[in-house]
Amino acid sequence: MGWFKRIQEGITTKSTEKKEIPEGAWYKCPGCKNVVTSQEFAGTLNVCATCGHHERIGSAEYFEVLFDGGKFREVAAKMVSADPLEFKDTTDYKSRLEKAQKKTELEDAIRTASGELDGLPVVISAMDFSFIGGSMGSVVGEKIARGIDLALKKQCPYICISKSGGARMMEAGLSLMQMAKTSARLSLLAQARLPYISVLTDPTTGGVTASFAMLGDLNIAEPNALIGFAGPRVVRETIGKDLPEGFQRSEFLLEHGFLDAIVERKDLKSKIAFYLRAMYDAPMGEEKVG
Amino acid sequence: MNYLEFEEPIKQLREQLQKAQELQDQSDVDMHSTVADLEGKIAEVTKKIYSELTPWQRVQVSRHPDRPYTLSYIEAITGGRFEELHGDRTVKDDKAMVGGWGFVDDQAVMFIGQQKGVNTKMRQYRNFGMANPEGYRKALRLMKLAEKFNRPIVTLIDTPGAFPGLEAEERGQGEAIARNLIEMCQLKVPVICIIIGEGASGGALGIGIGDRVLMLENTWYSVISPESCSSILWRNWDHKKEAAEALHLTGENMLELKLIDGIIPEPLGGAHANREAIYATVKATIQEQLSKLMPMDPAKRIDARIKKFSSMGVVHSA
Repeated sequence: MGWFKRIQEGITTKSTEKKEIPEGAWYKCPGCKNVVTSQEFAGTLNVCATCGHHERIGSAEYFEVLFDGGKFREVAAKMVSADPLEFKDTTDYKSRLEKAQKKTELEDAIRTASGELDGLPVVISAMDFSFIGGSMGSVVGEKIARGIDLALKKQCPYICISKSGGARMMEAGLSLMQMAKTSARLSLLAQARLPYISVLTDPTTGGVTASFAMLGDLNIAEPNALIGFAGPRVVRETIGKDLPEGFQRSEFLLEHGFLDAIVERKDLKSKIAFYLRAMYDAPMGEEKVG
Repeated sequence: MNYLEFEEPIKQLREQLQKAQELQDQSDVDMHSTVADLEGKIAEVTKKIYSELTPWQRVQVSRHPDRPYTLSYIEAITGGRFEELHGDRTVKDDKAMVGGWGFVDDQAVMFIGQQKGVNTKMRQYRNFGMANPEGYRKALRLMKLAEKFNRPIVTLIDTPGAFPGLEAEERGQGEAIARNLIEMCQLKVPVICIIIGEGASGGALGIGIGDRVLMLENTWYSVISPESCSSILWRNWDHKKEAAEALHLTGENMLELKLIDGIIPEPLGGAHANREAIYATVKATIQEQLSKLMPMDPAKRIDARIKKFSSMGVVHSA
């Protein structure tokens, strides 16, 4: 703990004034400030080659990393959120959704797809933090449920890559119950003895942590990902104490018994393939020889 | 190389051998016959010493600083195809208890075992192979995982005991071990337990309920270590040798008492004298036992397991 810890940030930017960083030709690592071309950075799977910082990526990138040849078939790609509560805060939920859809070119905060991983049939869901903080509303819950149903139908493993701020406030109780719904469906997968690997990435918090993200047969995380139930700010304010270094990071969770392993993005596919082969016998003829 | 006090004659011969070899390399003197002579003598002396080990000496060999530990066995048996899994999903990842998926040739196996450290720093990190409740709970979690996906379990036992600490008691050391005993009795998959070093008491038994319980030749398995037994019953630490005799803790003793299912022979001079040989033997043993256990009906296997443990104990019928 530093004695001269800065209590107040030197520059405070109001959230309304925050600007989206434009897609540029360069990437500057927020950890070690190393600068590389965007092309080089993509080549290292958006991981800083100098300090190992894992930049947040979305479903498109994870599908590219995990599916053989980047080939997959998406499930319910066009499913969009309804607004049954006609929720309104500073702006109404509908226009918030439209804005997010326009900005991200995504329909919601998750995508589900089936394909092959190292020759094994799999269904993968991957969350997009860029869509309203990866928050879980009815669409996220339903797409996970559909993914599990498909895995049950194909008798194959299910993988979910979590990256979320938690439940989506604008769907209130409906959002809360997605925790129960996804867990209910996972119980069916468990009963069928099909492997479920949960991949926790930066950040995974709130209702997502308190449901499907922590329920993997194996829970694995990328390095230094923020993982927790209550956010660090809430914890700090509640207990009125500074938080220990590394609190709620992947390494902290590993030490406290909640993760099976921390896996770097470059090893994600090969490690998942290893785990799946240990737990799963592909139906005859489905697995490639060699 | 480290030598135990009764290995002194071996040490002296090895030193002579080394000198002879150096002389051979550095000069033109022909030392071939001397070297061959010494090698023969080493084998002879080692054989003699190791065939006459007292129970206490066996305890010492089981703790030999050069003896291979759990992860070394797993790495060798799987040819590196092993991924460790961590955590009890409750409080901690216990470094004294390790486990994970490995492949023995093409067979996926859940490996579990206590892990000792190889140097001072690692010994502390591994808590000297003394697991806390979270270690036993991690072990059980992994065993349940293996059961779910119908994979056999191999446990490698090497512990001076479950950790006798304040927090261990707070978190329920007794409950954690007890839970494992009852759960392991009902596991639907084959379980093979191998004592590779020290098998001390409940801390060992906590991962020791299996269809086959085997001891390496130079190990011990009992309700207490000879030192602790001496300190409790003789009220000082000086009677460890007598205690080792009295406890009947060697593989032969345990087999005779029908408390284990078999003894795995070690290479001449103990497991540490030829690691590759003991790895190969243990691998072959696992494969041989799995080939017998895996085709069995799970209900019959559980039945036999329970019958075996139920039959332990000696009484005079009333």
